[in-house]
Amino acid sequence: MKEDTAKSEQVLQDKTVFGFWVYLMTDCVLFATLFATYAVLRNNTYGGPSGQVIFSLPFVLLETLILLTSSFSIGLAWLAAQKNNKQLVLKLMAVTILLGAAFLVLELREFNHLAAEGNSWRRSAFLTSFFTLVGTHGLHITAGLMWMAVMWLRIYKYGLFKSSLRKITMLTLFWHFLDVVWIFIFSIVYLFGVIG
Amino acid sequence: MINNQSSVKPRNYYIGFGLSLLLTLTAYLLVWRHAQSHHAVFTDSSLRIGVIVLALLQLIVQLIFFLHLNFKQNLRWNLTVLSFAAIVVLILVIGSIWIMTNLNYSHAGYGKTHDGHTLTSPSQTNQYIIQDEGVQP
Repeated sequence: MKEDTAKSEQVLQDKTVFGFWVYLMTDCVLFATLFATYAVLRNNTYGGPSGQVIFSLPFVLLETLILLTSSFSIGLAWLAAQKNNKQLVLKLMAVTILLGAAFLVLELREFNHLAAEGNSWRRSAFLTSFFTLVGTHGLHITAGLMWMAVMWLRIYKYGLFKSSLRKITMLTLFWHFLDVVWIFIFSIVYLFGVIG
Repeated sequence: MINNQSSVKPRNYYIGFGLSLLLTLTAYLLVWRHAQSHHAVFTDSSLRIGVIVLALLQLIVQLIFFLHLNFKQNLRWNLTVLSFAAIVVLILVIGSIWIMTNLNYSHAGYGKTHDGHTLTSPSQTNQYIIQDEGVQP
């Protein structure tokens, strides 16, 4: 009987995680449309500033390193969940939440700074596509953070179950995916912007 | 990832993290050096290709070490969906850039031409296309 439940949980896990994987791949297509829009519009500055003027490389590198480290820490949390180590999962998830929040704060500061200088999304087609692409990524990060916070509370209060592992697996996939998308935002938006 | 989780070791994450860090910093330093030297070290287009190659390498690193993709039987469908998404993404991005560059080429006042001219009026565009394609008016 016990073996049966374990097996059916495994089948459920495989199916659910595969379904989530398919969702992530469709999300790839969403980001691809935004990347294509950005690539087409990046030179249409309508007399406004270009990427070369408004992007600050060290600031973006800091954001990138923070997000990469958070992707690393959620991966370790996933491994700890498999070892059924509740305390370690809670610690590593807390680290990930803090790093994710720090990333979000930095991104909002950048947006706020741009808008305050009159370079909001209304300034040019380039800035519209920039805010849409980076903002959509930021919304995903926000959703991921809320998801992670709820999961942290659940594990803190009720502990780790077999089903928790399935949920943590999906959250981990989601967070890794967001870091992969950010690699391309870092390269194509910011590094290309500075190259000219 | 997914089925054979117990086979994933923390080592994978350390390697993935280290390689990602290395690739990010390499791309960053190349571009930083380029900006410092006022675009003298590399040409803009070769550096763009370099940055894209480094980004794709990091994609592969993270797929292997963070998302634990491999070619085992139980992950075949995950790989199938991934390849399909990759094809759609490539068609979308390359297709959009291709079509819009062509439209820019034959319309006035929209951005720069591929050899750096800025066109501001329909007659200028006509002149440019006539010269570029060697057409006798």
